[in-house]
Amino acid sequence: MQSFGRKDTILLIVVALLVLLAPVILNPFPQASSLAQFNAGYPDLMQRFVIFGIFAIGFNILFGLTGYLSFGHAAFLGAGSYAAVWMFKLLSMNVIPAIVLAVVVGGLFAALIGYVSLRRSGIYFSILTLAFAQMSFALAYSVLTPLTNGETGLQLSLSDPRIFDPAATGSLPTTNLFGIDMRATTTIFAGPWEFQLNAGYYMSGLIMLVAFWLSIRIFRSPFGMMLRAVKSNQQRMSYTGLSTRPYTLAAFVISGMYAGLAGGLLAAMDPLAGAERMQWTASGEVVLMTILGGAGSLIGPVLGAGFIKYFENIFSKINDSVLHTWFGALPDGLETALVTLVHPFVGKGWHLTLGLLFMLVVIFLPGGLVEGGRRIRGVVGRRNRKAGDPEARAASKQPAE
Amino acid sequence: MDAILLQILNGLDKGSAYALIALGLTLIFGTLGVVNFAHGALFMIGAFCAVTLQRILTLSQTTIDETRTDFLGNPMQVDTPYVVLWFGESTGAAIVDWAVPLAILFAIPVMLIVGVVMERGLIQHFYKRPHADQILVTFGLAIVLQEIIKAFYGANPIPTPAPQAFRGSFDFGVLVGFDPNTIIYPYWRLVYFAFAAIIIAAVFAFLRYTTFGMVVRAGMADRETVGLLGINIDRRFTAMFGIAAAVAGLAGVMYAPINAPNYHMGMDFLVLSFVVVVVGGMGSLAGAVLAGFLLGILESFASMTAVIDLIPGINQIIIYLVAIIVLLARPRGLMGRRGVMEE
Repeated sequence: MQSFGRKDTILLIVVALLVLLAPVILNPFPQASSLAQFNAGYPDLMQRFVIFGIFAIGFNILFGLTGYLSFGHAAFLGAGSYAAVWMFKLLSMNVIPAIVLAVVVGGLFAALIGYVSLRRSGIYFSILTLAFAQMSFALAYSVLTPLTNGETGLQLSLSDPRIFDPAATGSLPTTNLFGIDMRATTTIFAGPWEFQLNAGYYMSGLIMLVAFWLSIRIFRSPFGMMLRAVKSNQQRMSYTGLSTRPYTLAAFVISGMYAGLAGGLLAAMDPLAGAERMQWTASGEVVLMTILGGAGSLIGPVLGAGFIKYFENIFSKINDSVLHTWFGALPDGLETALVTLVHPFVGKGWHLTLGLLFMLVVIFLPGGLVEGGRRIRGVVGRRNRKAGDPEARAASKQPAE
Repeated sequence: MDAILLQILNGLDKGSAYALIALGLTLIFGTLGVVNFAHGALFMIGAFCAVTLQRILTLSQTTIDETRTDFLGNPMQVDTPYVVLWFGESTGAAIVDWAVPLAILFAIPVMLIVGVVMERGLIQHFYKRPHADQILVTFGLAIVLQEIIKAFYGANPIPTPAPQAFRGSFDFGVLVGFDPNTIIYPYWRLVYFAFAAIIIAAVFAFLRYTTFGMVVRAGMADRETVGLLGINIDRRFTAMFGIAAAVAGLAGVMYAPINAPNYHMGMDFLVLSFVVVVVGGMGSLAGAVLAGFLLGILESFASMTAVIDLIPGINQIIIYLVAIIVLLARPRGLMGRRGVMEE
């Protein structure tokens, strides 16, 4: 398992194909049909799939491998966003400097917080990261207003210097990659179907593939083995004369850089940054994504991120009138009863569904969706579960204290 | 001097809430060894017990009063609460007025049931699982609980006033010999502090002076041995979970007049309460109470204008800052026992 095996190559190719074809796969319903609201193939949502995928992949390198549960990762995402928007304001609307700075800032910030937080482990580590993130959130809201523009959030304005760009006139400039507008969307019509190919999505998708490839390399490297060893028994590591701190700190910084990258990409798609991206609920969300997908597995976090973002968008769009059309064929009394029954779980109440789902996953499927898929395959194929790939087996192990 | 006293008083009400929630958290952690992220939700449910009782008491019978007209000239509809109809004008109005204190009686059984159901239904399956799993499942439960409350009561804060007699403020400074108008303090906050003090004293007395409490303390020290002595320690720990839930719930009931309850108040308090528990020392009841009041008062000092002018933004981050310093300098917390959650 040390090297980049055949299985990993296949996995990477499958993910690459999925990313490439996502605008088609996610739009299975013709535009005019009543099911079109379940289509997820529009640029804004697809961008969020891959960007939060990156965030979750990075979080998984820390939590999945070392078992350190951080409740403060949103701080790095927020810092990355702010850094990127500042680059847009000061230098140029090209996304490259913005993303680079976002990664650097995310990494530096993580190094700072990680250096302090990693002195403790277990719940103390969780509380420390939470405290740091909440501090950053509170400061971004209040004292750092010159840097963050407080409650309004950091936005572009026409009077920004942007020293490498021609002076903007009229409307606000849009982000670009050497002239390719990130918002550029080509719509392909295929019969009743409509597929939107968006430049920003493909750039984020490409970056996600690189990030994914890197995470496979980390999982398969001796460094990854070290991190796994930290998870399974840190004490024994120390007794053998190894200092685990540099390894955990490196994992923390790497995941912080992933978060910064995700934050930078969010800003590159839509150039604004707000403090709420740093709040602890945002940190909680990435924890949910990783666990739901399967902590410690390679593809799990990406699945979890896609799953949560999909349902956040689709479930919250289902309102009572949609429900009435669904159950319209049923007798009136039954229809009303069903609508009342389903109502609290959809629309504004979709968080309830998310919470329930999350609890069910933690209770019955500690390995997340990945383990669920494996179990189904095991039942269907009557395969010996022990023969499953080692990475998925590691997923079912519990995180260390 | 009076300014210092004022800040201490201002810190007491928040400190009381922190102390009560942290006390419950520590009770659960000390007995069952579970890190309960849903404890803030219990606090919130308590506050909504007050809201519910208020709604029940103001359930009204609508009658049409022909002698009066509303602004459109139609006969006026008059809502008369059933309690007024049953108990007469003055007693009924008093009962409605005293909805929040009465909610204490309503909340105790509700919270005990909620706590016991939670422990038996969910948490007991997580004793053998790692702390990370316990955190995650209770975190999920907290989301579910707060969304249920949101579905029933809406997302807006619901004002729940204190009884008429305790509204407004009084001049506390005069009582302790300062000039008039230096220390003006709301009645209800003093009531809240006194209430918190009574609850905390009751919990400590219960653990110290009853046989039940003695067994629980023995179980906290060495669960296995107590079990070997033929005592059903699990059942007692379940009861303690119910009591911890009730403590959090009561803290919420009485907090309703201070801050109108909304569905996410639990999460807001939870994060801070965890910090309080960790600062006080995991597993130390006295530490949780001490740290609760200490941090509440510190927070209030940090929000003095003089302090903010000196260090801008300090009022927002003081608790976290203290937590970080304490955790790094004294990992066990202020009064933590050796070996609890230490690697």
